[in-house]
Amino acid sequence: MSTLQARTFSRPIGSGVNHAARLELLENYLAHHEDILRCAHMSLEWLARYAGVKQSACLAVDAESNMLVGIAAYGVASDDIELFSWPLSDTYDPLIGALQSSRPVPFRSYRPNGHAAPTPLGRGAFTAIPLGMRPGNVGEREDLAPGLLLLRAPAISADIDWLVMVLGQKIDQVRGRGSLAEEARKLRRERTLFFTIINAVTDPIMLTDIEGKLIVANARAEKLFAASEEESEGRRRAVELNNMLFSAALSRSAVEGNPEARELLLVDPSDGSDLLFEVLSTAVEDPREGTGVVSVLRNITDLRRATEQIEENYQKLRVAEAAVRAERDRLNLIIDSVADPIIVTDATGATVMMNSPAEDLFTVIAGASEAASRTVQANDAHFSSFISGLLLGETGPGEIRRGEIGLMNPGTSEPIPVEAIAGKVLTDTGELTAVVTILHDRREALERARLYEQLKAASDELQARVQAATAELATQNELLRRQAIELEQASRLKSQFLANMSHEFRTPLNAILGYTHMLLQGVAGDLLPAVKRQLQRIDSNGRHLMTIINEILDITRIEAGKMPMQLSEFNLNELVPEVMTELDPVISRSKLTVAPRLRPDLPTIYSDRQKVKQIIVNLLSNALKFTHEGGIRITVAYRPAERTASVAVADTGIGISPENHEKIFEDFRQVDDSPSRQYGGTGLGLAICRRLATALGGRITLESTMGVGSTFTLTIPVETEQ
Amino acid sequence: MTQPDAPLILVVDDYQDAREMYAEYLQFSGFRVAEARNGNEAVAQAFSLRPDLILMDLSLPGMDGWEATRVLKADERTKHIPVVALTGHALAGASEGARKAGCDSFVTKPCLPDDLVVEVRRMLDTVKKA
Repeated sequence: MSTLQARTFSRPIGSGVNHAARLELLENYLAHHEDILRCAHMSLEWLARYAGVKQSACLAVDAESNMLVGIAAYGVASDDIELFSWPLSDTYDPLIGALQSSRPVPFRSYRPNGHAAPTPLGRGAFTAIPLGMRPGNVGEREDLAPGLLLLRAPAISADIDWLVMVLGQKIDQVRGRGSLAEEARKLRRERTLFFTIINAVTDPIMLTDIEGKLIVANARAEKLFAASEEESEGRRRAVELNNMLFSAALSRSAVEGNPEARELLLVDPSDGSDLLFEVLSTAVEDPREGTGVVSVLRNITDLRRATEQIEENYQKLRVAEAAVRAERDRLNLIIDSVADPIIVTDATGATVMMNSPAEDLFTVIAGASEAASRTVQANDAHFSSFISGLLLGETGPGEIRRGEIGLMNPGTSEPIPVEAIAGKVLTDTGELTAVVTILHDRREALERARLYEQLKAASDELQARVQAATAELATQNELLRRQAIELEQASRLKSQFLANMSHEFRTPLNAILGYTHMLLQGVAGDLLPAVKRQLQRIDSNGRHLMTIINEILDITRIEAGKMPMQLSEFNLNELVPEVMTELDPVISRSKLTVAPRLRPDLPTIYSDRQKVKQIIVNLLSNALKFTHEGGIRITVAYRPAERTASVAVADTGIGISPENHEKIFEDFRQVDDSPSRQYGGTGLGLAICRRLATALGGRITLESTMGVGSTFTLTIPVETEQ
Repeated sequence: MTQPDAPLILVVDDYQDAREMYAEYLQFSGFRVAEARNGNEAVAQAFSLRPDLILMDLSLPGMDGWEATRVLKADERTKHIPVVALTGHALAGASEGARKAGCDSFVTKPCLPDDLVVEVRRMLDTVKKA
């Protein structure tokens, strides 16, 4: 059980006999009180105070029950003493035996025979002194002592002896007047009942002095506030802490004068956990022991914990609610930010929520026109019809129903064809909770489709045009090709015609010239001078006509590509004198000087000799024709770097103006085209020369100054390619 | 005027004025002359008369000058007789065709009688030398 700490009444102990103290005990208690239990209790306290006996107990003989019973204790568990009783008949028991002793009996330890009877004064050695024993009285007494004083003291002092004597007399005195047993039994019952009651209370109950020192405690309180020396360090510390906390709480309450309940946090000594108590303290006045405090501690740890739990749950709920609200706000924000109308309906088709674009279509704005209201109703009817189709239809979970609805804008009455896309929202058990419908404006898509059609039509048309143009182009090409063929044919026919014509011309001309020649040769005999002169006119005009016909034939042959090349090696240094020889009659008649400048180092030329000669003849003839005085220089040159050779015919004639430099190379052209022109000739000479030069891979160039002279230069490659 | 042993020239031409002009001038120049108007006559005359030289116009009615030349050059009796082609065809290939047919010389019309006699004498000298 527990030990009561004996601190309260301790005082310094005086040595020797303290008469004043003895008098106090006698006067205050033993002389006036008839209550044997109280007298015993006071005596033990007196011993503690004046004799330094810290642990003591008093046992008395109950004659009625023939028992030795405990009546008071000090410094030890009072229960042990008060519940202690042992039959006097057990004479082997050392305590019973001590009753017959006339001296103090030392006990090493005491254990009642056999079983676990309460042990007075706890474990350890003690001394048992028979009450009524007189000092110096030695040997067996004749009768039993009225009781025993059990104590732990270093020595039996005089005060102890004295007390044993007076207390024994008092017990004898009282016992002589009444029954100790009845009184003791009554008290014992009451005490037993009291402890039973307070121990039955689950809340700790304590009686303390005003400083918080424990006087009486029930079992619950003892668990918190009492610990024996043998108990564990941790538990003892916890108990110490609890005592301090409780004392502090009590003193605080005394200072504040607040009798109301307050909370006290203590430590559970058994497991170190926090225990929260509500303390109800009430001051009680006791005439003997002064002011005490009765405290009832109600364990509210669980209550507090439950309260905190509830609070915490409430907070969580608040947070969850806020989160849900935020989530819903966000969802609303998202739904509202979607440009397409969104409508959520429940399983019956009733609208649960919609975003603002949907509201524009399906809600009547206050003060809207009647037409707008009707439009909204019509929209609603269209949508309801679509939704009921979905609700009645056999669409499974996750399935989506699409449909087209013709809605109208309530504000503008503009038709809005929409595509409705609806999906069912099902619970885990497959129960339909909502239908979410998104309406997508199809006008843009329709407009795009229309534009696409237009574009396609335009593209098709363009393609058709391109095809037509391509076909036209092909036709034109074919036409051109045919025209080209026809032109070529025509050109060939022309060339053929001219060739034939020239043949036909020449046959009669051949006869004319031949007979004229024969007459002039005197085949028909001598001629009169006048006839001969006239025949010579016929001859010269016939020759001129022959030249014209030959030149036309040359042009024709070149154009028809039928001018054969007869390439051979020859020397320009030989060809130039040959040309001069051929034209000697003309040169002689002209009275001009013709000076050749040859080039001895010129290599042999590989070209068409006949055509080169024809060109040089033509150039020299022209020079002679258009030069009236001065001279003509024929210069042969060679350019090794270019592999070309050239023959330049320079005259001192009339010259050719720059604008005519090209003109003179054209067919049938002379500088003077007029019918009354001064110089004869077909005008084909230079045109033929240029064509021949080109055919030989060469060229004819002209440098001329009016009134100073002209230089025509034939340049040909040293080797003409076939 | 004309010596009996003077060279006999066969002049073949369908154009009477030209044929007679050349014939007259050749006689005037001292040759004996025979005439033919086309290829067939030319071949017949050549076989019968065995001329010393034939002046052959190429464009002839019936058998033309090329064909007649090939016939004459293919025959042992006449193949040694020099044939001088006379042509007004100045287009390319005319002289080439004449040489292929077997003509020994080639004269382009218009050709003055004087020039023709020069060519005839040259050809006769060539044959004589050979």
